[in-house]
Amino acid sequence: MKENVAISVKDVGMRFNLNQEHVDNLKEYFIKLLKRDLKYNEFWALKGINFEIKRGERLGVLGLNGSGKSTLLKVVSGVLRPSTGIVRTRGVLAPLLELGAGFSPQYTGRENIYLYGAVLGYNKKFLDEKFDEIVDFSGLGEFIEVPIKNYSSGMKSRLGFSIATIVEPDILILDEVLSVGDKKFRTKCEKKIMTMFDRGVTVLFVSHSLEQVQRLCNKAIILDSGRLVAHGPVDKVARIYKNMTD
Amino acid sequence: MDIKKYIKNFLNYKYLLYELVKKNIKLKYRRSYLGILWTLIEPLLTMMVLTLVFGTLFGRDDRTFPIYVLCGRLLFSFFSSSTKAGLKAVSGNAAMIKKVYVPKYIYVISSIISNFVTFLISLIVLVGVGIVLRVHPTIYILQAVIPIIILLVMSLGAGLFLATLDVFFKDVEYIWSVATMLISYASAIFYPTTRVIGTGNAWVFEINPVYMCIANFRNSVLYGQPMNIEYCVRSGVVAVCLLVIGAVLFYKNQDKFILHI
Repeated sequence: MKENVAISVKDVGMRFNLNQEHVDNLKEYFIKLLKRDLKYNEFWALKGINFEIKRGERLGVLGLNGSGKSTLLKVVSGVLRPSTGIVRTRGVLAPLLELGAGFSPQYTGRENIYLYGAVLGYNKKFLDEKFDEIVDFSGLGEFIEVPIKNYSSGMKSRLGFSIATIVEPDILILDEVLSVGDKKFRTKCEKKIMTMFDRGVTVLFVSHSLEQVQRLCNKAIILDSGRLVAHGPVDKVARIYKNMTD
Repeated sequence: MDIKKYIKNFLNYKYLLYELVKKNIKLKYRRSYLGILWTLIEPLLTMMVLTLVFGTLFGRDDRTFPIYVLCGRLLFSFFSSSTKAGLKAVSGNAAMIKKVYVPKYIYVISSIISNFVTFLISLIVLVGVGIVLRVHPTIYILQAVIPIIILLVMSLGAGLFLATLDVFFKDVEYIWSVATMLISYASAIFYPTTRVIGTGNAWVFEINPVYMCIANFRNSVLYGQPMNIEYCVRSGVVAVCLLVIGAVLFYKNQDKFILHI
């Protein structure tokens, strides 16, 4: 991988086996095995995807529902291993996917900061140092000592966002996260992300909102049924996308 | 080297392992008044019940019978609760696994280790009961570490194995709970082995590695005599084999987990 490339996606394909009925118990499995009935409907959520993002570039991923956008983000962030091809990334990666989904509901906000922080790969010393900053940014105040199960969904995403963005990542992966919380918090989030942009972070951004992609990104790609159909400067790609959706 | 890479990767996640172990232990006793004290009270109470039923009611008045029962109970409940927790470690952490990349074995290891920690705490009960019933420890008590470590390795192997199966077949959970019951009756927890050996069924113990650990633990703690080397070797071999099989099975399938949970 070249020095100035932050994310390289090469020949990536992601295959899912769609069973008509999901076989998840032994009896069914053996019956079907004996009847040679274990058929799978192959479904390629992504196929032959190739692109590179240079350091500091901000790439928007456009596409209709079910076009493979979220699968692509999961492959890049390492949650899913691609069936074919390789994904390589350089530097610290901060995935902001479905914020707060990994919280433990019985745990208080404070405990979840340490737990979720550890999941994201931070160490204790770092979290101790940044603790006040996280609480401060989330605006949760004294609610930080309350179990997460009593939080509203907005509060959860605020805490999730605050924890995930406390590192200074080299690569930021955003999946519709800018639609969390109230307007005030949203503005705060955008501001924070903008300061990361200024530091030259590389961004992979998924959104349905063309306007948001045009505002935040300088490059874009379009996915259609798992294939890459356009790739280039954001304005050019946006025009193609408009034609496609109209 | 591959091995080096794995170890380095593991060390990167040791803080996460610590946090997960802490979480498992903390949440287990959260909202109970006595909290972590239950790790001591619970085995003590079951020891009393088992002694009452299988000792007093069956007309046995052996002074150290409570310790006999307690040794078996403590080790066996570590084995059963840790394998049960390991079994659910992947499917139960689905939300996390689907969102952020973390080596998935961390979830299994953390659930086994948290049970191991509560087990170690509960050994305090054994010390207390030993003092009350005036069991004199001998130098052989030091070798108690060996069956404990063998049992830990065995649980880890079984946990990885079961966790993998549980992702694909939910039946495993029910099968395993029946299997643990079977193993528990075959482990001489609350009856003396002579009863079974007397009927010519000694093979029950000869094929049960969990029993072998319990027997060696009793040799070290209760009887103050050297370990049964044959039991030690056999259970050790089973434990290592289980760990290798479990680890390989888990490793080979881990990329598929996310599609099934």
